[in-house]
Amino acid sequence: MQSTATMDAPLHWAGHGEPQSFMRRYIFSTDHKIIGIQFLFMSLLFLLVGGILAGIMRWQLGYPSQPMPGAGVLPETMAVDGIILPEFYNSAVTMHGTIMVFFAIMPLLVGVFANYLIPLQIGAPDMAFPKLNMMSFWTAAPAGLIMLAGFFVPGGHAAAGWTSYPPLSATPEYSGVALGQQLWLISLIILGFSSLMGAVNYITTIINMRAPGMTWFRMPLATWALFITAILVLLAIPILTGALIMLLFDQTIGTSFFRADQGGSPLLWQHLFWFFGHPEVYILILPAMGFVSEIIAAGSRKPVFGYHAMVIAIAGIGFLGWIVWGHHMFQSGMNPTLGMTFMATTMVIAVPSAIKVFNWLATMWRGDLHFHVPMLNAIAFVAMFVIGGLSGVFVASTPVDIYLHDTYFVVAHIHYVLFGGSLFALFGAITFWYPKMFGRMMSEALGKVHFWLTLLFFNLTFFPMHQVGIGGMMRRIYDPTQYEFLAPMAPTNRFITIAAFLLISTQLIFAFNFIWSMFRGKQAEPNPWRANSLEWSVPSPPPHGNFPAMPQVYRGPYEYSMPGEREDYMPQHVPAGMPASSPTPVHAG
Amino acid sequence: MDHTASVALDPRRPMPGMGVYNMKLGMWVFLLSEIMFFTSLIGAYIILRFAHPDAFAEPGEVLNVPLTALNTFILICSSVTMVKAFAAIQQGDQAGLKRWLIATATIGALFVGVQAYEYIQLAGHGFVPAVDAYAAEGRPLYGATFYTMTGFHGAHVTIGVLCLLFVTWRAFRGKYTAQSYGGVEIVGLYWHFVDLVWIILFTIVYLI
Amino acid sequence: MTHWFPISISTYGGDIDRLFYVILVITGLIFVIVQGALIYMVLRYRHREGRKAYYIHGNTRAEIIWTAIPFVIVVFIAAASMGTWRDLRDTSRFPAPDVEIEVTAKQFEWNVTYPGADNRLGTEDDFTRRNQLHLPVGRVVHVHLGAEDVIHSFFLPEFRVKQDAVPGMRIPVWFEATQTGTYTLGCAELCGLGHYRMRGTVTVHEGAAFDAWSAARGAVAFDDETDPEGRMATAGASARSAHSGH
Repeated sequence: MQSTATMDAPLHWAGHGEPQSFMRRYIFSTDHKIIGIQFLFMSLLFLLVGGILAGIMRWQLGYPSQPMPGAGVLPETMAVDGIILPEFYNSAVTMHGTIMVFFAIMPLLVGVFANYLIPLQIGAPDMAFPKLNMMSFWTAAPAGLIMLAGFFVPGGHAAAGWTSYPPLSATPEYSGVALGQQLWLISLIILGFSSLMGAVNYITTIINMRAPGMTWFRMPLATWALFITAILVLLAIPILTGALIMLLFDQTIGTSFFRADQGGSPLLWQHLFWFFGHPEVYILILPAMGFVSEIIAAGSRKPVFGYHAMVIAIAGIGFLGWIVWGHHMFQSGMNPTLGMTFMATTMVIAVPSAIKVFNWLATMWRGDLHFHVPMLNAIAFVAMFVIGGLSGVFVASTPVDIYLHDTYFVVAHIHYVLFGGSLFALFGAITFWYPKMFGRMMSEALGKVHFWLTLLFFNLTFFPMHQVGIGGMMRRIYDPTQYEFLAPMAPTNRFITIAAFLLISTQLIFAFNFIWSMFRGKQAEPNPWRANSLEWSVPSPPPHGNFPAMPQVYRGPYEYSMPGEREDYMPQHVPAGMPASSPTPVHAG
Repeated sequence: MDHTASVALDPRRPMPGMGVYNMKLGMWVFLLSEIMFFTSLIGAYIILRFAHPDAFAEPGEVLNVPLTALNTFILICSSVTMVKAFAAIQQGDQAGLKRWLIATATIGALFVGVQAYEYIQLAGHGFVPAVDAYAAEGRPLYGATFYTMTGFHGAHVTIGVLCLLFVTWRAFRGKYTAQSYGGVEIVGLYWHFVDLVWIILFTIVYLI
Repeated sequence: MTHWFPISISTYGGDIDRLFYVILVITGLIFVIVQGALIYMVLRYRHREGRKAYYIHGNTRAEIIWTAIPFVIVVFIAAASMGTWRDLRDTSRFPAPDVEIEVTAKQFEWNVTYPGADNRLGTEDDFTRRNQLHLPVGRVVHVHLGAEDVIHSFFLPEFRVKQDAVPGMRIPVWFEATQTGTYTLGCAELCGLGHYRMRGTVTVHEGAAFDAWSAARGAVAFDDETDPEGRMATAGASARSAHSGH
């Protein structure tokens, strides 16, 4: 190795050149905390857009071809006299999935929290490449704008589903969509660059910039999960980019990678898409598991049970996630022997998930549980994730999947994992780290109202979907009343729609709490949850450069309720024999 | 209050990393993602070719293998000059650094030039990536995969040449020393990677 | 608001349903145990004055137990699924066909080609019906499934059959109906604007009636006709004109 110490990027500890102009400080900032917050605002906006699209879909399914209240504002290409058109319904289906996966959940989990938490949790002043980090956000934002622009182009937005299976997506004559699909492709290609820049940064930062004493097995599980997630992003996104580029060529210059009429292979796209897509599924859940581990340990005042098993489980999921993609393709015409192989690997990947659930339960066992809002959301995560995991076993069984594939059972399954799982974890994580980000607490009362209503309406919305799916209702159909055998489900569909609208409305409480607390929330102490990891050792919000001096780490992140200690927590940076609430070290230089 | 005084407060104290500086580690990590990108293109090629052997021509039937073999040799030479440039700056040899960097960038540009010439020749014979022009020959997949793979490689070489020019410019401003040569090293890593990818592409696209 | 499986009228529909119930029982038990444990923890260990959490970092034996048990369960489910899957999808295990038909999907209709009097596909007396799948009861039917434009999915809910129809591929599907009647054919893969109305009717007839109909290349009406030929064709046409209307 040729490396020399002098090649290390100069480190900025507090007091060194905090940029003063508004533009440099808040818009084109290189501070990982500001970039994380920029991602937070962006992805919450997209969460809102995705939610509205879900509402539009639900209306049409609950009240087929009846005028939707408020739909009068939509242009004629989307709704006529308030009646949603099938073209727009297909776009809404496509864009709800695309936006939620790529522009809401993924940036919330990774863009926000990998940026915000990694340097703080490992004791680094910033990311390894702060400018690259800034570019990562300023690449994602235009990608988002391009994606939104698709709604307003002739022919409407992409309408081939978020999976965009060709030949439908590759051939404008078949889909009626040309420009919208191209914008969809271009936006995701650009977003891929953003994700890559982020992943390179996170991986380098975690490997190289941990504070003294922050060994691999003293890293908080949130950072561990984000590390494995970053590796998945790094390796999965380029596969998608390659596939998107080929599809874009098929769409625009007339190549035939995926167009059967010219000898191409529609299944090739599915293999490439899901080879990316299944790691992507774990990109969308692993960080959530990490946050939940932090919150449950702090909320139970107890060390995470089986820390090493948790790390191994995360890594195991990260590895197995690469060899299960074919379970999305059991009915695609893929070789049935391959189907058996993928069934076997898919079943096995349930094991590390189960290990994590049991460890969370064991963490709460004989704990001292404090039901603050983050803890409530984390517990709900466990409960909902269990349902999502168990419903996954049905569709992992190839024969049962023959019937359930592409029905609402699958819709229920993914929403129990992505909403019941990831989004509950995110509500918990946002509430948990909000005081660190903004220096104020979110309202506990509003948080609890939001939590209980969301839990209720979430289950009322998505649990009946299992039943509708078992009844045979297909996904992505504009008007279920077209099928006689689906007619008896109309009341259930209406029930789901009402619950969904209540669920969406409930999120306004969160939005209000989020904005209101920023100005009126209770001032936050540095460590409001009496937690142990390094981010709680610095003021809320932390200054530019994070730590007054390089922190020294003395122990793992979950030393709660140590025998013989007066306090029930012992932060990572406090030397043995010092009180847990020792003030953070002052700037020594 | 003073408990941290006992531990080093020096921010430059080495961290428990891999002993590789950030830029170099970052480049290695980035190259992993590049491997996956080319894997998707090459994987698509292999799958399509296995599925439709007739849609692909025999080696040398359409492509000019001798010309590209020469071009491959040219690119390998540029890797040698890159190694020379790196060795020069490790010795503190500024003149050598500049000389070998210029040589590398020039040879890299030559590679892109030959590739452009090859494309023009092929297109002249009707071998293009779009369907309509050569659907009659029954080989739309061949053109699509060929131009996508070699085209994205060419784009990578072009970006590499631009990076080399930037590094050369910095070398002329005396930014690198025998102790500090990070820029040269990481552009070298990228350059060798692009070279390696070409050897794989040349083998599977032109020879097999 | 209770919906459950539609009736099962194929020979293997019961196998799929049985497997579903096996998994339902297993996952149901796990669900009750895990959620019960969660509720117990929440109630039993909620914060009280003076409570101090038990300081423990883990237990290797517990980890081994709760790794092994789920592993055994999922391996069991996978093993239990293998046989049915191979019976349904492995062409070498297909029962010999009594009737072979060809189904070609295109936006937004199912074209079913019947073998005619000689009971062989690819001969002159083949004939095609749009959106009408006529089948004999109690006979093994092989379907050669293809698509002309985009990917569709051939979904017979009552038969527990679903198979994507992919352009450029000819995918074999088999089934055997156990009772006569009228059932549903639907498209389960988003295939474009008219996806939601890409449906057809499946009519299962007595064998003799089917033979007579097939031999006459569809020229005679079924005795048990429930869906005269004209109606579906008209319905298809009116749906199309409704579409071009907006």
